[in-house]
Amino acid sequence: MARITAGVATSHVPAIGAAIDLGKTEEAYWKPLFEGYEYVKEWIRETRPDVIFLVYNDHATAFDMNFIPTFALGCAEAFKPADEGWGPRPVPTVKGHPELAAHIAQSLIQDDFDLTIINEMDVDHGLTVPLSLVFGQPEEWPCLVIPFAVNVVLYPPPSGQRCYDLGKALRKAVESFPADLNVQVWGTGGMSHQLQGPRAGLINKEFDNEFLDRLVDDAPALAREPHIRYVREAGSEGVELVMWLIMRGALDDKVAVKKRFYHVPASNTAVGHLVLENKGG
Amino acid sequence: MSNRLPQPYDDIPGTTIFDAHMAREGYHLNQFAMSLMKAPNRERFRADERTYLDTWPMSEDQKQAVLARDYNRMMALGGNVYFLAKIFSTDGLSFQHAAATMTGMTQEEYRDMMLNGGRSPEGNLYKKEGE
Repeated sequence: MARITAGVATSHVPAIGAAIDLGKTEEAYWKPLFEGYEYVKEWIRETRPDVIFLVYNDHATAFDMNFIPTFALGCAEAFKPADEGWGPRPVPTVKGHPELAAHIAQSLIQDDFDLTIINEMDVDHGLTVPLSLVFGQPEEWPCLVIPFAVNVVLYPPPSGQRCYDLGKALRKAVESFPADLNVQVWGTGGMSHQLQGPRAGLINKEFDNEFLDRLVDDAPALAREPHIRYVREAGSEGVELVMWLIMRGALDDKVAVKKRFYHVPASNTAVGHLVLENKGG
Repeated sequence: MSNRLPQPYDDIPGTTIFDAHMAREGYHLNQFAMSLMKAPNRERFRADERTYLDTWPMSEDQKQAVLARDYNRMMALGGNVYFLAKIFSTDGLSFQHAAATMTGMTQEEYRDMMLNGGRSPEGNLYKKEGE
């Protein structure tokens, strides 16, 4: 049977992707950030997932204002890196797992999560920057990836509770898939950032660190925090953090923290990163 | 009279929440911006901004805000920053540059603020704090 073994959380700032693509990771501005990801690069070589269920958001790339799915599941064989206006990132095409994705669609929809199924979609920095941070610059991504796009651009996004509950239903779906697969769930986006208006540049270290603490040890209560707390305290774009709750909901109630990292700034944004493993129970 | 109900985020200073109401108002503005993802459209826009804007059923206020590159005004008229990013990318400007213009800071001042830990939440969470 398939099983979910671990979760990774990370911000997905586009400038991080540009720093990797342009060979700037050793520069003084970027070096401290990339040092925070050295652990996960080693860890992923040891844990060797077969499939990553990667929760992210599209940034006016695949979805314009015509179709705005709250939860969109990528069921295709492959997803090309998107041209976000300056040419696609020089990263490998993402290979999906259509059979597992179809199984997840079947299970989640029957569990009352009304997903949108996507059979053709380019993936933007929200999905490819986390892959680059963890895998570096390989010729091919070393595992399959199921993209799961959450609307956090048009307010209101799904609630933290909805995301957390979806994570739990996702676990049930994965664990009922017959093939023996090692599946990880990644939650991306955040941490505090606001890209717009006179308040642009807001960074709230206290909020972010409280979020990191509670995601590990107090997730059921954290899931009940309303949107207004995120947008007020973590910035209009900080509400992306609800996506991390899908990852957390898919893991055991008790998890081991293998890595925790926090860094300010990457361009306009606070960067947070967690590596969590199931502890049982 | 507006049919928009008061929202809990109305009292966040310096922030426009892109909600379904704003998205309705900004639909054509955002779709215009999205069109700049395609190189031929970028060329048409660069060649004659006004003529290209006139091919979209946007309000005159929205068009003027685009021509003036007044991003705060565009957002007040329903623009979303990820869509508006297509405009400043067409201009060859970075996200940090655009964000700086929205705050009234120079790009250098803004970059330094970020390097020093970003804008503090202190005094920036409720409108009444700043009064």
